[in-house]
Amino acid sequence: MAETPDQRRNTPGGEGRVATDPALPPTALDEEVREAEDRKWTPGKIALWAAIALLGGVAWFMLAIIRGETVNAIWFVFASVCTYLIGYRFYSKVIERYITRPDDRRATPAEYKADGKDYVRTDRNVLFGHHFAAIAGAGPLVGPVIAAQMGYLPGTIWIIIGVVLAGAVQDYLVMFFSMRRGGRSLGQMAREELGVIGGTAALIATLLIMVIIVAILALVVVNALGESPWGVFSVGMTIPIALFMGVYLRYLRPGKVMEVSLIGFVLLMAAIVGGGIVAETPWGADIFSLDKVTIAWGLIIYGFIAAILPVWLLLAPRDYLSTFMKIGVIVMLALAIIVVRPEITVPAFSEFASRDNGPVFPGALFPFLFVTIACGALSGFHALISSGTTPKLIEKERQTRFIGYGGMLMESFVAIMALVAAISIDRGLYFAMNSPAALTGGTVETAATWVNSLGLAGVNITPDFLAQTAANVGEESIVSRTGGAPTLAVGLAHIMQQFIGGTAMMAFWYHFAIMFEALFILTAVDAGTRVARFMLQDSIGNFVPKFKEHSWRPGAWLCTAVMVGAWGAVLLMGVTDPLGGINTLFPLFGIANQLLAAIALSVCLAIVAKRGTFKYLWIVALPLAFAAVVTITASYQKIFSSTPAVGYFANNAAFSKALAEGKTEFGTAKSAAAMEAVVRNTAIQGWLSVIFVVLSIIVIATALLATIRAFRNRADATTARGNEDPALPSRVFAPAGLIPTPAERELMAEWDKVPAELRFEKGGHH
Amino acid sequence: MAAGLAVLTRGFRGFARYMGGVLGADAYTRYLEHHASAGHGTPPMTEREFWRDQTDRQDSNPQGRCC
Repeated sequence: MAETPDQRRNTPGGEGRVATDPALPPTALDEEVREAEDRKWTPGKIALWAAIALLGGVAWFMLAIIRGETVNAIWFVFASVCTYLIGYRFYSKVIERYITRPDDRRATPAEYKADGKDYVRTDRNVLFGHHFAAIAGAGPLVGPVIAAQMGYLPGTIWIIIGVVLAGAVQDYLVMFFSMRRGGRSLGQMAREELGVIGGTAALIATLLIMVIIVAILALVVVNALGESPWGVFSVGMTIPIALFMGVYLRYLRPGKVMEVSLIGFVLLMAAIVGGGIVAETPWGADIFSLDKVTIAWGLIIYGFIAAILPVWLLLAPRDYLSTFMKIGVIVMLALAIIVVRPEITVPAFSEFASRDNGPVFPGALFPFLFVTIACGALSGFHALISSGTTPKLIEKERQTRFIGYGGMLMESFVAIMALVAAISIDRGLYFAMNSPAALTGGTVETAATWVNSLGLAGVNITPDFLAQTAANVGEESIVSRTGGAPTLAVGLAHIMQQFIGGTAMMAFWYHFAIMFEALFILTAVDAGTRVARFMLQDSIGNFVPKFKEHSWRPGAWLCTAVMVGAWGAVLLMGVTDPLGGINTLFPLFGIANQLLAAIALSVCLAIVAKRGTFKYLWIVALPLAFAAVVTITASYQKIFSSTPAVGYFANNAAFSKALAEGKTEFGTAKSAAAMEAVVRNTAIQGWLSVIFVVLSIIVIATALLATIRAFRNRADATTARGNEDPALPSRVFAPAGLIPTPAERELMAEWDKVPAELRFEKGGHH
Repeated sequence: MAAGLAVLTRGFRGFARYMGGVLGADAYTRYLEHHASAGHGTPPMTEREFWRDQTDRQDSNPQGRCC
């Protein structure tokens, strides 16, 4: 992009001196006033932050140092919230001061590109909720549950510290830089900043990563719904409910979003209750008890149809429902944990923390804990949301800290609550539910015997207990219900029944939890397929221009089929995997997600370097280095480890050898066909790991090259603005954070006196 | 009592408005505001047209939803 005279005038990385309209009050707080307000430590303020620090310290002490029989769940809440507050107040301000350097005198895309549709200035608190609903889904609810195998402490530390130093930093930076570029997507930024090679590698990696993520999310749903007539009925009912809502909004009462969401919510509750009744009838149990392969095929067919149907019919209404549930469920879960305060008996470090053969996911704590928990600590997928959609709605530059950094802290809190819910259930039950059927044997008797044989401290479960828990939650069996979602549902039901309803309500709460997880995941599957389809169409369009026409049906259908086929194949592979599916594929999910984070952070690193900020480059380099080391080590072990449980190719070789020797049974595979499936699956998983890691190394390398080049050229002022849109003067003011500061209030009062016609005398660019 | 009820009502209204904002229920109102202030000189879309246009635009500009 050619540089405007305005860009050339600027000092490297310095703020654009934008001339704002003198007839209007200032569009930004005076630099000195803001500094003074920030630096002024009144006794009240000192006392408040000392109290937060003290409470947080005590909470961490209770979690990490004290080794009692139990630990109360409330300490998780205090440790996380206090750490978030400190991270937000101090660390994110360092980032703001030295890296992003927002300038409220500049108009945001929502102002200079305002069109009343995609680019709309949005109240910061509303946008916070909107952004949060877009980034949070089933991910933070699943990863921490699976990681609980290692005990509660490793996961807790990674979720809380990881988000402050890595996850929230990524979200904030990507959002800010995308905003400065008119809301460009991560892919476009990668191409601009890293060149053709880095950009293309980033694009292909993103596409592949999306396939893996969608497939494994779908696998979580399939595992939760297999042989569960109640779950299949109530989740299945979300489709007609969404269709009804879509028709209602399109033809009956357009625009009545709140109204239709409430109707949808009531219907959803009815579907959950109805599912219980239907599942008890012989015909209901008969029709809706589906095996996993059937459900997987159903989901694949559904995914294809949903992705080619118009948005108004299925996607948009379900998105309303999903957002509505998301906010409601998270508020409810937080309230329940604070009110019930369950006692946690899980040890800080479990027996598996120091081993690499855990039944829930294989591999040692480092690096595999850090890839198992991706969402909630550091999630690369967020970079796709933080670039593009949200930046087009931001009102003032300074609000990105609250929305980007703060929004991710909220997601981390969701992950902590999911962890608490998962570890509030009996440990024996946890392992019986989360270990593959190949180990537990699938029945309550074999599962109880196997769990007790693990030699876990304080674990002694009976078949009756497993059967009783299944009966309480209204399921046939809960043995080997892997994937995290059912465990979270049992944990949530366990906590919620103490809050509302007692044991009689447990089945309702269980299916309520399954329902909302499925709802989030189906929305993500749908949207993910669509986004991936467009990316594929655009990529093919570079060679066959016809594909770039999004309304060209054959192209759209073909690309949708390719994407659905790709994730469908991985899904079926996971469902039929003799080794258990989730435990072999989930690490791939985490690795993929964090490699995407490494790509996003690489782009940020290059941008920050090009802005001439070298002294504080470590703020980006630190999480990038960590993500790169974790994912590359994890990939390396997945590719080269000689332990069959960890290494895909080692497993592949072991099974190939057994087949060559003419064995018909090997390890957990009970037939020659199953052994062949393992050989096939491990080869695919292994090669996927290879492709991911190679693409990511290319992206990281190009980013490092761009950074070094920027360092060599640091004296050259002309590159400072880089690919940012030109700075335009703002004509509005709004506070930066949740609560306006006194100085902001003063300025707001000044703005309130300005007559409305003066404020927006100049229209958009139409 | 009446004052308490008024506070409650106001709180509920505020919450409903907030949720509406998060869901995007106020999109049409904001479109009208933008249209009026931009001074296009052409009549704005009706509510029905606006929502049709919005979902139809989403068809070719899908927004990701995270995991």
